[in-house]
Amino acid sequence: MSLQGTKINPKNFHRSQLKWYLILIPLALVMLLPVVYIFSTAFKPLDELFMFPPRFLVQKPTLKNFQDLFRTSSTTGVPMTRYLFNSITVAVVMISITIIISTMGGYVLSKKQFKAKQKLFSINQMALMFVITAVVIPRYLIVARLGLLNTFWAHIIPYLATPVYVFLVKQFIDQIPDSIIEAAKLDGANDLHIIFKIIIPLTKPALATVAMLTFQFTWGNPEPSNWYIQDETLKSFSFYILTLTNQQQNITAGAGMAAAAGLILFLPNLIMFIFMQSRIMNTMSHSGIK
Amino acid sequence: MKQKYKQLKQRVQHDFKTGKLSDALSVFFLLLPYALLFSLFIAIPVAIAVGLSLTSFNLIEAPEYRGLMNYITVLTKDPVFLKYVLPNTFKYALITGPGGYMLAFILAWMLAQIQRIPRTIIALAIYTPSMLGPILMQVIFRVLFNGDENGWLNSVLLSNDFISKPIQFLQDPAWLMDIMIIVSLYSAMGIGFLAMLAGVLNGNEELYEAAYIDGIKNKFQEVIHITIPSMKPQMLFGAVMAIVQSFNNGYIGVALSGQNPTPQYSGQLIINHIEDFGMIRYEMGYAAALSVVLLLIIWGFSKTAYILFGEKD
Repeated sequence: MSLQGTKINPKNFHRSQLKWYLILIPLALVMLLPVVYIFSTAFKPLDELFMFPPRFLVQKPTLKNFQDLFRTSSTTGVPMTRYLFNSITVAVVMISITIIISTMGGYVLSKKQFKAKQKLFSINQMALMFVITAVVIPRYLIVARLGLLNTFWAHIIPYLATPVYVFLVKQFIDQIPDSIIEAAKLDGANDLHIIFKIIIPLTKPALATVAMLTFQFTWGNPEPSNWYIQDETLKSFSFYILTLTNQQQNITAGAGMAAAAGLILFLPNLIMFIFMQSRIMNTMSHSGIK
Repeated sequence: MKQKYKQLKQRVQHDFKTGKLSDALSVFFLLLPYALLFSLFIAIPVAIAVGLSLTSFNLIEAPEYRGLMNYITVLTKDPVFLKYVLPNTFKYALITGPGGYMLAFILAWMLAQIQRIPRTIIALAIYTPSMLGPILMQVIFRVLFNGDENGWLNSVLLSNDFISKPIQFLQDPAWLMDIMIIVSLYSAMGIGFLAMLAGVLNGNEELYEAAYIDGIKNKFQEVIHITIPSMKPQMLFGAVMAIVQSFNNGYIGVALSGQNPTPQYSGQLIINHIEDFGMIRYEMGYAAALSVVLLLIIWGFSKTAYILFGEKD
């Protein structure tokens, strides 16, 4: 029957799938090239970095780039571990606060009845299109006015409100039946109880997705260090990597260290995504805008 | 007056007894953190941008009101904007926005045709470049397109005798824009792509069966008549994300070439123009006017997406 070949999400292999594999597998390989390159370059010794013509894969892998990276300090004498520590701390604080704020907002917008609800949700939906870079300057003025310049919190506070996260969490909470919440209310639970005992456990896939997206954004974002922070000891790891690689003249010599740093920057993202991919897909299936 | 006060008091007492008051308070406090941060860092910056765009402001002296002067300058007296920035921005946005979006849909659809485990692995590979973020630009593409013989592309071309001396890919205005577009499309499969993949996979099998009984003959008809209509909400989310991502990526010309302005303004997008005027020349009023223009462009694109994919009820 003609239906066999057209099945979405097929359980078994069918000859008609071959053509898709034929396109998708080479494509996947091309998309993976940068990762292979970073891995390989991070372990290349100095003479292989300068080899001509350049080789893609490493011949005699070494850990020297990582040792150099950990030993080198920036021009102002701040050790790399300090930047790493800053980034990890910022990511942890950022993820925890973002999850709490987005869950509270998503819960209210999904399950509570009040006059301005529809309006607030459509404002948030419109803000999905918000592009930070367009209002860099006004944001800078606000951050300065709040006294956040050159503080640890400059990494966090300006980035906490993210319309996409509230949107995703709200759409996910919409799936939770009202009757569970009603029952909890009859048993005398207040909103905080409901959030912590019912909403958060049932919204785990969406919260995992928010955590991963927050991590990816925070971990790889050099902007706050660039714009809001002068004190070298407060800057982030991703900023440090950019300064490492930005020295135009020295692009090949620094390449080994930069790749090692890039690997450290990228690996957590990859691992998180692999572990959470089924939850992320689960969240995304509720991500529609109506 | 007294009457009104009494009524109000009664209503508050009534609401308190029925639990409505505590409910309202709870809504208020639960929403407060998000609403506050949203106002401070999203709504107010937009409002300030609009306000500043009507002034001349250099960060040191107080802003001076100039009415629509900045907008008039943007539209008539900024040769760089009219000649390079605007065409560049539209070219870049139209190719990487809708282009990346269509690619994402086609890939998601193809992935839905194969089994689960290989699908997961291939989807991961396709999503990878969007996770690499700044590393992709700094560590990979600058080495790939590097202007001396150590650049990957140059080295391949040289050793096969296609060229006799290295091409300055990232400094040559003839190349920069095309490379920016390739880099953007390459890393465009982000969360919009995941949403679309989830959308296709959630398609209702019975719907497809019914369509075949009703006389749909091929895959193309199937996609047009069933797949796309049944995943419209995800398509819209994917579209908005594609637009936002394409504008958020705007720094790549500067990241690739290592300078702002980019060589002969070849890779100059409106975002780089804003940074040029705001952060380098300190003409904040003018930069704010450019920001407003950019927000309007993004809004226009998204509006189009809503018209194309929004539900019409």
